[in-house]
Amino acid sequence: MSTPVFKNRLVRWIDYRLPVFTFMNHELNEYPTPRNLSYWWNFGSLAGIMLVTMIVTGVVLAMHYTPHVDYAFQSVERIMRDVNYGWLIRYLHMNGASMFFIVTYIHIFRGLYYGSYKSPRELLWMLGVIILILMMATAFMGYVLPWGQMSFWGATVITNLFSAIPFVGEKIVTWLWGGFSVDNPTLNRFYSLHYLLPFLIVGVVVLHLVALHRFGSNNPLGIDTKGPQDTLPFHPYYTAKDMFGLGVFLIIYALIVFFAPNLFGEPDNYIPANPLATPPHIVPEWYFLPFYAILRAVPNKLGGVVLMFSSILVLFVLPWLDRSPVRSGRFRPMFRIFFWLLVLDAVVLGVVGANPPEGNWILFGRMATIWYFVHFLIVLPLLSRLERPRPLPISISQSVLASGGGFAPQPVRTMDKA
Amino acid sequence: MVHGAEAIRNAGAHRPGEEGSRRDFLILATTAVGAIGVASLAWPFIDEMNPSADVLALSTTEVDLSPVAVGQAITVKWRGKPVFIRHRTPDEIKAARSVNVADLRDPQPDEARVQRPEWLIVVGVCTHLGCIPLGQKPSDPHGDYGGWFCPCHGSHYDTSARIRKGPAPRNLVVPDYVFLSDTMVRIGEAAAKGAAA
Repeated sequence: MSTPVFKNRLVRWIDYRLPVFTFMNHELNEYPTPRNLSYWWNFGSLAGIMLVTMIVTGVVLAMHYTPHVDYAFQSVERIMRDVNYGWLIRYLHMNGASMFFIVTYIHIFRGLYYGSYKSPRELLWMLGVIILILMMATAFMGYVLPWGQMSFWGATVITNLFSAIPFVGEKIVTWLWGGFSVDNPTLNRFYSLHYLLPFLIVGVVVLHLVALHRFGSNNPLGIDTKGPQDTLPFHPYYTAKDMFGLGVFLIIYALIVFFAPNLFGEPDNYIPANPLATPPHIVPEWYFLPFYAILRAVPNKLGGVVLMFSSILVLFVLPWLDRSPVRSGRFRPMFRIFFWLLVLDAVVLGVVGANPPEGNWILFGRMATIWYFVHFLIVLPLLSRLERPRPLPISISQSVLASGGGFAPQPVRTMDKA
Repeated sequence: MVHGAEAIRNAGAHRPGEEGSRRDFLILATTAVGAIGVASLAWPFIDEMNPSADVLALSTTEVDLSPVAVGQAITVKWRGKPVFIRHRTPDEIKAARSVNVADLRDPQPDEARVQRPEWLIVVGVCTHLGCIPLGQKPSDPHGDYGGWFCPCHGSHYDTSARIRKGPAPRNLVVPDYVFLSDTMVRIGEAAAKGAAA
């Protein structure tokens, strides 16, 4: 990977003093990437694109939004009706949050299945969990800004989680609110932080990418690349693959924005906030539902809050809970079953979270909550000892090339000249 | 450039001497679609900063002139800017019309600046750098020509609000307006051709 020679003299002049072109060439062009990445590896770049989309649409919305309890709801309606293309930009932002979480959750489950959190990618994984937490905080505060009924009561419920902290809980909640209830000071600080946090996410994403490029992407086989025969240059192979995936993704995103823009939303949030009446059934946005179900599964205020936060924090120690040296679920017959059970468990928790906490839903919620923690704290450590993985291929190239042979030459049918 | 169908037919067969037609076609088509997509998506993000529907809805202002006595001036707000409405005295009209138009910096006869001689309606924003000239109140300085005086950089306007002295390049702007009746004027809407009194 030597320093490339650029044809353009200006580029050469700049690059000699500020090697940005060398950097871009190294990280985006020649960057050696495992040749066997599947479409499950598209979701990281999709998440990055959604982050940019959210920042761009958000900055534009901020030009028209008024963070005041008397004007917030009306200013959002003004964006929808009077601002040129305001409806489009707001629907892109609103549904963009859902799309961002969809691609991020798929990205996370891909990492879980293929063991992308294992050595030497533990910090890469932990930075990802930090991004998830920042995303959740940002999404929550953004949902408060339209100042509808769900905004208001969502803010009330979530900030009240902190009142579960012994001794100082009430004081902390008052501090969060800047008053004795969710009110104008709360709205103002949420707006400020909602604008700030995405840029923190950008910062952590940069670290996430630095950590990624240290050892490169994991791959469906979960084995290390052993040389040039196992990799392809990032451009054009994965830029093209990412672009194709982006095209498919944008079609789905556009379908929702144009034809079902309120699919993910709650109708109650089109009712202006009323601090004197809680809606009969309040639910968070869909991407919080599993965590909401865990919160409600525990018949104890502090216990529910602790368990809900633990359900995310457990991901931080995942690299040390799953000690199996084999990364990819493809070669772990038992792990694979439990992986899909975990997916099912997350879906069940989501459904439970969407339903009122009565009757059998309480039972289902408790069972699914218990299983969530059993999976991470008991099943994964036990599997590491008990499971007998299937034999791993010798190398990526041997596995993916029909010609076989551990050190197959560069295949003749590359597509650089069709 | 080879046609699409032929390009596709050539897909598998690599003909020596013929520069990759299928690749060129795909790259050009993809780039074109991408460029059109980006451009059409960029427009909403530009247009969003243009005046919105509620701003445009407030782009005319109606003013009742009946309380404005001869010699009096009022200031009304139109599109966020002050508009000077002056009920001119016969002396002021005479002063404005006895000027040699050719000598003016921005030559314009008074007749071209009013629809009715007694009512002078101009945007009260100095054409130099946007300050509001003084001269609406009797106690204000009126400049050397009995009209307005801009305190920022010393531009003098006459009784037809034409620039006479100082740095401003042009006369105060006459907005579109239409008399709905003898005492009611709508600023921001052009008068129909030939309807001017």
